[in-house]
Order: sequence, then structure tokens, then C-alpha cells
Amino acid sequence: MELTRRDAAAALAAVGATGGVALGVRRAADEGSGGEGAEDGDAGPAWDGDGPPDDEAVRTAMTAVARTVYPEAVSGIDAFVEAFLGGRLDGSTHGEGIRAAVAEVESAARSWYDAPVADLAPADRDALLRELGADVAEENPDGTTAERVRYYVVNELLLALYASPTGGELVGIENPQGYAGGAESYQRGPR
Amino acid sequence: MSGAESVADGRSGEADIDRTPVPDADVCVVGAGPAGALVADRLAGDRDVVVLDAGPRFDPADRLARQERAIRPSYGRPDVWGVGGARDVYETAGDRSYPLNHARVKGVGGSTLHWQGMVMRLHEDDFNSASERGVGADWPIEYADLRPYYAEAEKELGVAGASDNPYAPPREEPHPMPAFEPSYSDSLFAEACEELGIDMHSVPNARNSEPYEGRSPCVGYGTCQPVCPSGAKYDATVHIERAEEKGATVVDRAPVERLEHDGDDRVTAAVYATPDGERHRQAADAFVVAAGGVETPRLLLLSASDRYPDGLANGSGHVGEFFMDHLFAGAGGTLDEETRQNHVGFYTSACDQFYDEADETQAPFKLEFFNYAGPSPVETALTGDDWGDALLDRLRDGYGNHVAMGGLVEQLPDAESRVTLADDRTDDRGNPVPRVEWSVGDRALDTIERANEIQVDILEELGADVEWVAGPDATGPAYHHMGTTRMSDDPDSGVVDADCRTHDLDNCWIASSSVFPTSGAMNPTLTIAALALRVADDVDARLSET
Repeated sequence: MELTRRDAAAALAAVGATGGVALGVRRAADEGSGGEGAEDGDAGPAWDGDGPPDDEAVRTAMTAVARTVYPEAVSGIDAFVEAFLGGRLDGSTHGEGIRAAVAEVESAARSWYDAPVADLAPADRDALLRELGADVAEENPDGTTAERVRYYVVNELLLALYASPTGGELVGIENPQGYAGGAESYQRGPR
Repeated sequence: MSGAESVADGRSGEADIDRTPVPDADVCVVGAGPAGALVADRLAGDRDVVVLDAGPRFDPADRLARQERAIRPSYGRPDVWGVGGARDVYETAGDRSYPLNHARVKGVGGSTLHWQGMVMRLHEDDFNSASERGVGADWPIEYADLRPYYAEAEKELGVAGASDNPYAPPREEPHPMPAFEPSYSDSLFAEACEELGIDMHSVPNARNSEPYEGRSPCVGYGTCQPVCPSGAKYDATVHIERAEEKGATVVDRAPVERLEHDGDDRVTAAVYATPDGERHRQAADAFVVAAGGVETPRLLLLSASDRYPDGLANGSGHVGEFFMDHLFAGAGGTLDEETRQNHVGFYTSACDQFYDEADETQAPFKLEFFNYAGPSPVETALTGDDWGDALLDRLRDGYGNHVAMGGLVEQLPDAESRVTLADDRTDDRGNPVPRVEWSVGDRALDTIERANEIQVDILEELGADVEWVAGPDATGPAYHHMGTTRMSDDPDSGVVDADCRTHDLDNCWIASSSVFPTSGAMNPTLTIAALALRVADDVDARLSET
């Protein structure tokens, strides 16, 4: 099931952010220079691991993590995550929280696996997140590293997916909480 | 700015806002919830009105961030609207703990910011409980007295409803908007109810089923309680904004600490604090206290003086007594088919068939057919130690076939169930905090069991595997604070008279569910709104006499 720009816009609307327009410009400029190829690591981040990651590095890392925490059934992850982050990396406290948490994930990846998170094999990305404790931690924006990674990275991505219509449909609800999907779907029977 | 933690809750900054008193005010309203907002809107334009509220003026642009708080597990319900902390300390005692800070919002809009928006009229016998049911206290007014105000309140709030409820009290005109259509889940219940001879009908919602007075229709965010980002659900900011457009002054973050009076039994000023640490006196010709069922008695008790040592307007000794809430009764389970839950956050069908069976031993109660049974997938997705395909499998296993019913049960007024001042705990300004002693009698607990029996019968007829029952041991409050400044014609038996004016002070009214002598089992806000409009008319009439 493919995630679309409509899904990203819906997910952003659920959390009170915009950014799709600016992102569209950036996407057009980047067309053909990255995209799905990033999955193989051949368009890795220019960021070298020192200091706070720039927006591109955050997007690359978050997209890689999304491939781990999203189910196999979804496609279109790159564009979806990119569009969603376009509205979240807006200079807000939240956006900087994402940036800081991604820096910690990247630091762990480079220390423990000698590679940025986007270059890790799927099993290693999964192991990295679990070794960070993000699987068992409860999300907390002011908590431990595990709790902040859970909040700003793992749950950020899961919130984006499952508050979107396509993410909801994966579960069987085309109008999930957070998505303004209208006041008709509750009247309809199973499809 | 996005992000749940980016919301400031209006507790800092704003140094340039003028919070000084309004000179020559006619009316001072304490509280910017639905009652205060309706009073202010009704009087503004013709009268100089000032509204003081303890909480902030929330930025409408933050509503989606508040929705994120409602969904994310790291935020509790009070966090959504910034309730809690030193400002909102309270004590609870008695038979049952009372989660006060889950049950209220302080700020412009009040608790309508987080309410579900269900708006029924009380039944005729609710006004005559002692006479007709042999228990409780009669109101000094009848349904007929409030009936025209109910109709006005439905227009003011914007109510979507239908006239298909044979058990509802008489009404003379349709609701302002058509009712929301029944849900798919309702259609499943309907078959079971028909088999059992149980009637289902629509339910009035203070939520737009179509565009209404410049506000959006419902767009299905599904987080009505505790926040509606679209504005389709009524909240009292609607009338605060209208009042301000007519010239009223609304001062936020201005908790009133006491009411002052003169020797002629008239309130002269509301003394309030501001964020800069200053104290101010707002003088006015008339005062309307509209601070809800807990803060209203607290303010009167805090206003004790040499002349009124037990608290202002407390000649009867009943201020704070008879604290009531509605008791929740519920049951739920799963079917072996899809039920389509959690698309919206409100319910569309109810059953009032058993309401007027009430007598000495059985309380009035109503039944609700939920559209939000079982887990919300997006909320579930943010918990647990799995992700990827394992998480999706868990979400699919957990969602899709739940059904549930709820219900509200009346509790009788009891003087021992009460709000007082804590002996040795104070808030951020050094004032004693409210102490809530909530107790529930056997009539209500027995009625919860009766409601459960019907609910389980319906669920079993439906073919559900009943997995939970919220009975007398698991019940909780519906967050409807009532009874603490009860209405009575007799100054020894009540705090306010039939016009909601205090017996002891000529120019002080109370607009709140705190005046309910007996509560009925219907959600109280439409009655609060009707009473508020009636209070406004009385204030206006008496100001015209002077």
C-alpha cells in the first residue's frame, strides 16, 4: 500500500504543521539525485557526524528508521517521511528535539556499527534501535536517550503513519484519529 | 510551530496585556466557561461587562498540537489544556477519590474545551424529584419555566438533534441542525434492541452536523474529548468572542480570590490576582459567579468576613454541600465481525426508555451506544515494544470488532458529599485549595447494576463476547460537578433562590450546575446554558430597576 503526499499532508494536519509547499520545491530540485536509491546507501548524508545534523541528514536517518518501524506492506516511504519532516523541522522546540534525537541515533550507529544508520543492514538498524532501548522505553520528550529516541524518532514516525489515511487503512480504519476524514465514514459498513 | 511540547499553555510572557479593572462596570462575571460566556454575551452591548477568568486565553492555532497531546501517551488528560501544578492543587477525601484535574479546564472557554458536547434537556420529573420520586429535592422552578430557555440555549450552542425520542420532554420546535446520522455500529445494536423491545433514538450533539453560524461542520478528527481542532464542537470561546465584539472586557489569568461586600448585603468588588503578582479590585453593580461546581463554593468560602464568618452567601450553611456527579455504567466486548469504531469521538444513538422509571430505589439513568469502543489504532501504535510487521499484526488483532455501551446514573444529593477548604494546603497564591469529599449512595450503585443488566442483555443479544462491565465497584464520575450552591425558595435550605440570585446578597447571582438541587442523569451543560440565559435576563431586569 503506497503512502502518498496526501498521507503526509494528513499526518501533518493531525499535528498542526504545514510545509508541503516548500518541500515540493525542494523535491523538484532534487529529482533523480536520491530518492529510493538512498536505501542502498549511495546517497548518504553529507553530514559527517559532528555537530547537529542538518535537515538532509535528519531526513536520511529518519527515512532509514522508517524502513525498520514501518510494515513491509507500505511503499513510498522516502517521499512520505520527507514530506512529513518538511512540516516538522520548522525551527520549533519539537523540530530541534527530532534533530537532537537523530544525532544520538547516528552517534550510536557510528560507534557501534561503524556506519551511519542509513547504511546499516535492516537487521542492524533494528538491533541498533533495540540496543538504544527505544523498543521498551515509554516516550518522553524530556527523558533518557531511549525515551527521547522513542518520542522523537520511533513514535514520530509511527504517529505520522497511523494518523494518515493509508496507515489507517492498513489496520482497517480509513479515518483514523487525528485525520480529518469527514463525518461519513463512521456510517459506512465494512468494505 | 508544530509539536505537542511546543504549546506554552499561556502561563508565561504577555507582559503587555492590560489586566487592570474596568471603571464603571455594570456587571462582573467570574469565570469564562459556558455559563459566564453566555451571561456576558447576553448582557454585553447594553451593559458594561467584565469577565475574569483564572486561566489563560488559549491560542486557537495550538489546537492541533493539543490534539497531538491527546494522542501521544506521554501526555495525560490534564496536560492537553495545561491543568495541574501549584495553581490547581486540590485534596480529595471521603468514600471515593475524585480526579478533579481530569474533570476541568481553567481558561477562556472553560471545561467546554474538553467536553464531549452532549446536550440533553432534563426531564420534567427531574425538577420534582422529591414530589414525584420520593427522594432528593424539588427545584423551585419547573421544566416549563426553563423550556423557552432550553430552546434558546440550543440555538446559542448550535445543537444537532431530531425529534425521534419518545421519552424526551416536550419541545415546540426542531433542533437548529439535523441530527448526525446513526453509525454503522448503531445499526448492529438496532437489531438486538428490536429483539429485546428496547428503543433507540438519536441524541442531541452540540456539534455541527452542517455549517453553523460561521463554524465548521464536523470533519471527523475523532478526538472530540478532549479537543476539537475544527471548532465544530461548541465551546464557550464562541460567546466570549461575541461578547468582546459587543464591548465586553475579558481578562484572563485573573483568578478571583474573594468577593468583598458592604454593610447593605451587596457585593462591591471581586479581588483578583494577575500574573505580575499584583492584586486588583473589580467593582461592579452586579456580580455573576460562574466558576463551576467546585471553584464557585470555594470562592464563596474564601470570601468569609466578619459579617459572614462561614463564607459569603452561606447563611444556610449549605455552600459546598450536596456535591454530585453522574455515575458511569458501562459494558463492552467483541463481535466476530467488523464494527467500525473510532472514526468519530461522539455517539449518535441513545436510549432514554428507562429514565422515568425512577423512584425511591431506582435512579434515573440513560444508555449510550458508543462509536468509540476498543482501542484507537494510532494511540496503540505508540505503545508496546514492537514495530514493523509485528506492530501491524498487533494493531489488526486489537482493532475492528469491539462494541460497547455506556450510561449515566443520577446520584442523590447528600450533605456529606461536599466541597470545603483544605485545612493546610494552599495554591500558588497562598489560598486554601478545594477539598472534595465525594460519596455515592446505594440508590445510585443499585441503579448502575440495573443499567449493567440491560447493557449485558443487549450485548449478548448482539452476539458479543462480553469482556468488561463497569459496575458499582468500577464506576467513576462523568466530570459533571453539581449541587454545591443549591437552589431553593427557602433561605435556610439553599444558597440561591429560584432566579439563581443568592439569598444573602442582593446583587450576586450564580450561573452554574452548582445550583442544581437534584441532578437528573442528563449531561448538565444545556441546563447550565439555559439557566445562564435566564440569569442574564434577571440581572438585566434588576439593573433596570435601580
